[in-house]
Amino acid sequence: MRHLLSAADLDRTQITEIFDLAEEMSLVQGRPVKKLPALRGRTVVNLFFEDSTRTRSSFEIAGKWLSADVINISAKGSSVSKGESLRDTVLTVAAMGVDALVIRHHASGAPWQASRWIDAHVLNAGDGTHEHPTQALLDSFTIRRHLRRSAPDLLSFEGKTVAIVGDITHSRVARSNVLLLNTLGAQVVLVAPPTLLPAGIDSWPVLACSDFDEVLPHADIVMMLRVQRERMSGGYFPTPREYTIGYGLTRPRLEAMKPEAAICHPGPMNRGLEISADAADAANSLILDQVAAGVSVRMSVLYELLGGAE
Amino acid sequence: MTDLLIRGADLVGEGRSDLAIRNGRFVDPADVAVDVEQLDADGLLALPGLVDLHTHLREPGREDAETVQSGTLAGARGGFTAVLAMANTTPVTDTAEAAQHVATLGTRDGHAQVVPVGAVSKGLDGAELAELGLMARSGARVRVFSDDGHCISDARLMRRALEYVRAFDGVVAQHAQDPQLAPVSACCHEGEISGKLGLPGWPAAAEASVVARDVHIAELTCSRLHVCHVSCAETVDVIRWAKQRNINVTAEVAPHHLMLTTTEVLSYDPTYKVNPPLRPNEHVQAVREALADGTIDAVATDHAPHARHDKEHAFAEAAFGMLGLETALAVTMEAMISSGLLDWPQLAKRMSIMPAHIARLADQGRPLAVGEPANLVLVDPAARRVVDRDDSASLSRNNPWHGRELPDPVVATIWAGRVTYRKEH
Repeated sequence: MRHLLSAADLDRTQITEIFDLAEEMSLVQGRPVKKLPALRGRTVVNLFFEDSTRTRSSFEIAGKWLSADVINISAKGSSVSKGESLRDTVLTVAAMGVDALVIRHHASGAPWQASRWIDAHVLNAGDGTHEHPTQALLDSFTIRRHLRRSAPDLLSFEGKTVAIVGDITHSRVARSNVLLLNTLGAQVVLVAPPTLLPAGIDSWPVLACSDFDEVLPHADIVMMLRVQRERMSGGYFPTPREYTIGYGLTRPRLEAMKPEAAICHPGPMNRGLEISADAADAANSLILDQVAAGVSVRMSVLYELLGGAE
Repeated sequence: MTDLLIRGADLVGEGRSDLAIRNGRFVDPADVAVDVEQLDADGLLALPGLVDLHTHLREPGREDAETVQSGTLAGARGGFTAVLAMANTTPVTDTAEAAQHVATLGTRDGHAQVVPVGAVSKGLDGAELAELGLMARSGARVRVFSDDGHCISDARLMRRALEYVRAFDGVVAQHAQDPQLAPVSACCHEGEISGKLGLPGWPAAAEASVVARDVHIAELTCSRLHVCHVSCAETVDVIRWAKQRNINVTAEVAPHHLMLTTTEVLSYDPTYKVNPPLRPNEHVQAVREALADGTIDAVATDHAPHARHDKEHAFAEAAFGMLGLETALAVTMEAMISSGLLDWPQLAKRMSIMPAHIARLADQGRPLAVGEPANLVLVDPAARRVVDRDDSASLSRNNPWHGRELPDPVVATIWAGRVTYRKEH
């Protein structure tokens, strides 16, 4: 694997490989000395054009546990206003001799452009409103672990329904999850008011619906998306109250779920808006498992990109 | 000025004839000296010099991206003998002095006639009228007014501008983009691809709704409206309706909208970032048909040079626009002549006669006949080439046709009797 730009870059075999390796990596997390020598001497730069404490920390820990040298570079703000082009920033960092660039950017497509300019591996850590493939990987990894509790040999998500609820239009998490879950065989149902369903959704391999209560009893996994502050003032829905009543995972909705169904949220949560405290802290909530899985999955991905013989 | 005799050109596809030029005008071939300089045009077509209603020359202000000299030379290489220079320079062309300055640069450095377009509003800010009358009365004789790059979204300002320019037979050229439906961040046709790529959508309705409003205001004010760079089928329908109603509206289409589709954006290559955006194929077919049936009157390049570093940002942050002058005729031939949608006289009408008429340029878009100004382009209809962005007179390289095979039509361009470009063999 040269780059990881899109969740669509991975077929089912590759995903399974990443997950199986992530299971092994996760064993490291339980040890008192959490260090593997796998990437000793390799340099990974987290090039973040947008703030993100959790994704950056997760990549940083993953790299460090694999013994890579990890450097964080924050290039916040528009490159246009700074007067340095994206190309110059990327070439400058690459010229320092890095092996992999983990790029987070506020504009869609930036990691694709970067991958054409440099030789280093590029890992997309979230680009604009486009994709966030490692988030989708850790989500599906968490879901696989959950499903394996009752079906230990489970390899695909055939026959399972995943409802993704919230601002689909502006969500990179949703786009990557749709692609990855589809590869794994799940039926994805997107739930949002029509103002937050993207143009052209008819061509996506999903069902789309604006009635959460119709979908909820059929879902094996309910994935709630964060409502960004700017959407609340953007006129996409009348009031936060109306949003919560229509699309929040409230206590009554918790009771309408299948008994074995589980809850995901990529974080950070707006408790009381898209997810109630009862749901966030419920026994079937996988939210903290997702965070823990983030490190092992990113270790696995970094190893896939950098660990092989070159 | 020396005499010139062009031998055997097919005049606008309607028969072969010799053309003699003296002192900038066509004269009877029998009247030129026997030892006159000759240009063998056997197998070539002669068209009236092309006129571009929509050029960004960038001077004054961004001479690193283009100058009057480089831009008009690119024009000459593309067969143009006149270009209308858009007002979004620094400073903005919103006064008589600024317009006169551009005209003077044209006279000094131009390889084609340079006609300034005046801003409709002061500083292009869409609030107050610029000094339209003074620009019209200046030596630059401005007739086309546009806030291009910005939509005149205030209906009252649009009404006043249309009313006011009637006094001097002016025309308001609208960049139709409802800023609520397609804000400045909008950079991809709203549809399947914008949804997939997560790029802010630019829906067709943002163009068509403004044009629908403006044709009604043009009717109300009995004035002359021109619609810049029509990009979608919905707008074509509105203009067709308005013309049937005898509303005084004209329209242009950019070459790239005749050929390129939204799929180019899948690569996130900012070379294909343009405003209005590339549209899906059904829109490309609709604007082609509209250009063929005359609903769209003219091809206009929207030649928009940008320094490389202004294009090397993330797609959403890169500058809008692409080069067009050197390839406009080739692209129009490929889209319209090869497909049989236009013949040569019709193409000459859309690339020379109509744009000259819309801009009220007395010496352009004229017949190739004795007594007329000698503005023409000699065209080889069969030659083809692979476009190389470095083979260009423009100072910029944001050429969306790089690496594509297209016709290579322009053999020579003659402006006011002077050879401004001649292809090397």
